[in-house]
Amino acid sequence: MPIDILMPALSPTMEQGKLAKWLKKVGDKIKPGDILAEIETDKATMEVEAVDEGVLASILIEGGTDNVAVNTPIAVIAGEGEDAGTAAAAPAAAAASVAAAAPAAVAAPAVVTAPAAPPAAANAYDASSEVPAGTAMVPTTVREALRDAMAEEMRADGNVFIMGEEVAEYQGAYKVTQGLLQQFGPKRVVDTPITEHGFAGIAVGAAYEGLRPIVEFMTFNFAMQAIDHIINSAAKTLYMSGGQLGCPIVFRGPNGAAARVGAQHSHDYAAWYSNVPGLKVVMPFTAADAKGLLKSAIRDPNPVVFLENEILYGQTFPVPQMDNWLVPIGKARIHRPGKDVTLVSFGIGMTYCIKAAAELEKDGIDCEIIDLRTIRPMDIDTVVASVMKTGRCVAVEEGFPQSGVTAEIATRVMGRAFDYLDAPVIRITGKDVPMPYAANLEKLALPNVGEVIAAVKAVTYR
Amino acid sequence: MAVAARKAKTVAPKPGSKASGSKASVKIIANFPQLTRDEDMHAYKEMLLIRRFEEKSGQMYGMGLIGGFCHLYIGQEAVVVGMQMGSKPGDQVITGYRDHGHMLACGMEPRGVLAELTGRRGGYSRGKGGSMHMFSREKKFFGGHGIVGAQVSLGTGLGFANWYRNDPSVSLVYFGDGAANQGQVYESFNMAALWKLPVVYIVENNRYAMGTSVNRASAQTDFSRRGLSFNIPGEQVDGMDIRAVKAAGERAMEHARSGKGPYILEMQTYRYRGHSMSDPAKYRTKDEVQKMREEHDPIEQVRARLINQWKVAEDELKAIDAKARDVVNDAAEFATHDPEPDVAELYTDILL
Ligand SMILES: Cc1ncc(C[n+]2csc(CCOP(=O)(O)OP(=O)(O)O)c2C)c(N)n1
Ligand SMILES: [Mg+2]
Repeated sequence: MPIDILMPALSPTMEQGKLAKWLKKVGDKIKPGDILAEIETDKATMEVEAVDEGVLASILIEGGTDNVAVNTPIAVIAGEGEDAGTAAAAPAAAAASVAAAAPAAVAAPAVVTAPAAPPAAANAYDASSEVPAGTAMVPTTVREALRDAMAEEMRADGNVFIMGEEVAEYQGAYKVTQGLLQQFGPKRVVDTPITEHGFAGIAVGAAYEGLRPIVEFMTFNFAMQAIDHIINSAAKTLYMSGGQLGCPIVFRGPNGAAARVGAQHSHDYAAWYSNVPGLKVVMPFTAADAKGLLKSAIRDPNPVVFLENEILYGQTFPVPQMDNWLVPIGKARIHRPGKDVTLVSFGIGMTYCIKAAAELEKDGIDCEIIDLRTIRPMDIDTVVASVMKTGRCVAVEEGFPQSGVTAEIATRVMGRAFDYLDAPVIRITGKDVPMPYAANLEKLALPNVGEVIAAVKAVTYR
Repeated sequence: MAVAARKAKTVAPKPGSKASGSKASVKIIANFPQLTRDEDMHAYKEMLLIRRFEEKSGQMYGMGLIGGFCHLYIGQEAVVVGMQMGSKPGDQVITGYRDHGHMLACGMEPRGVLAELTGRRGGYSRGKGGSMHMFSREKKFFGGHGIVGAQVSLGTGLGFANWYRNDPSVSLVYFGDGAANQGQVYESFNMAALWKLPVVYIVENNRYAMGTSVNRASAQTDFSRRGLSFNIPGEQVDGMDIRAVKAAGERAMEHARSGKGPYILEMQTYRYRGHSMSDPAKYRTKDEVQKMREEHDPIEQVRARLINQWKVAEDELKAIDAKARDVVNDAAEFATHDPEPDVAELYTDILL
């Protein structure tokens, strides 16, 4: 059967090109891989190779012709023994029929609108129901709570292991993994060389195979070297595989400013990771949430970025004494109910809100404080429901101002509760500077309680 | 450098150097066994299928049916087919974006692969991955990765999982001469050697990373030596001769499977086509390409043996070619007419 050779495209955007020259002439025998002709665009030259075997029956477009449209038949190949004349006369070919079925992109572009993401209702989540009445509460540091969460999950599932720098023999750079090596041995508590890019990739590969790695970064500043695997290898693979290859992994470690450690050890990455579809991003404040959320993160079939804070590690909170204390990812917690203004924060940002609320109470301003707990997916419903009640919102984070998490909160509150707002949302963030070392400057660079109080007074017009 | 003229050469560390421990030296293999008739036949069929599939992909790209980047494997077929001939069920495979050949060699369906190239719902990733991103848990093929070098750490992690589970499988990790200069490759070598992970690193040295020749990018162009400072043994292999590939692959996999840790194979190979479809090809001469095709083609080598040594009739070879074409044409037909993904797919498979 004769086969049309079509003018090929060098790229999806190419519409026409020059048929520079023919390297075969009519009557030549052709076998697959033979170079038939050369075509040119302003960008590149490409050779047209034969895919089929036969004889070059006729040339439809001469060498040297400019502006040949993509998919125009340029020659005809006849099968062996076929008459070239007949072949040229009957150019109905497999290749031609394939071309006719080319997708819409090649034809006139149609107007395409992406379907909107399904809207959500504004129902506040009630975190108070998480702890059954009568449960004993045990004072626990955030550090111990995190360790207990890992130990419990490692006991429950042999696929869970932890890897990172100094996690085993040294017992953790910040002692979060204390005792785990002794309990679980070196195969499940793996000391790595200082090689974030490499061990993050290894952990993601192990997760593809069905293990459940917990990767500890000594701090998230160093995860910059591994961010390619967190985003390109962990977050995107489920989508790129059409749902086949999930990546159950937790990336955890201290994030944000500690004290006086300078610009390279103080970055808050909440906004960075929260930008990425395919990731969940958790940033707890209390020890109870740290434990319950870390256990949920380890069980989660998706990659979870779990942002801790060095300053909070030593703080003590009541933790419910339960065999299976889990906090759901993606649900905020009303830390303090109130009626006059909604304060929203997460992680260490909560400390500013709590102190400000105590001061403001003296002035008769009743603050509702919402701890987001999870940055992505964000429980905006609980925030919106609160703002509908208070009519005012102040959002607080330690991260940089531009494109911050609080910018996201403000924009979503505006979109969902514009008619309820009695004042613009105010954001209190870290300053737009690399973290300085000097004590006085560092203090200035971070948010402070006074700023939160002033913001609340502004939105309540006091 | 005449690739096909090289015999498999084992790199043993220089005596007296730190890497000269028994761990890093393997015996020098100057020759390799011939294939049986059945093996030659199998190799021919497998390589031919990849060649025809890639030719068809190139053609369909030219017709606008395939978009974006499309990296063809033509010329390199003996590498993955030879390695697969020596592998065992359960061994994992992972590679970069030049992945069509690896998928076919792993037994993935030509229809599913080609339909992914055309972005259709019947593609392995339901049209959401494209040429560079396909996976098959069933066939132990773990992608399909677009970040040069990323697959080396990820593949080391597959080996880590085998080690963790005491599973005798080996992870086969393919990457290019360009990727071999990525830092994470050496991070992975270090950990694989430190923990004795069952990983075989296969450097597909096709002499170019896009337009950059090996000599312009690499201070050490003998990639088999790249693991010496970690005591990882390596060999340079004529990657155009499937007999050499299979034999070296078997040695490497045996080493990794027996708990001795990773092994490096530098496959000296060549890609005939451009880096991706729109490649101005100014960095090499046509003669160079032509010479490789004529003198070292991996498929022609096997074909010559089938005819001369095994006395296979022309007709039988023609029938094999016709069969490969039929499979590819059927895949093309499917990939052309299969519908695009439902628009609802935009929001699926983001989280589990
Ligand atoms: C991290 C990264 N940098 C750059 C690129 C762009 N890029 C894609 S392929 C390639 C060349 C790689 O060559 P090589 O590793 O030799 O593989 P080959 O294409 O020859 O198979 C480059 C630079 C990329 N995809 N990822
Ligand atoms: Mg290369």
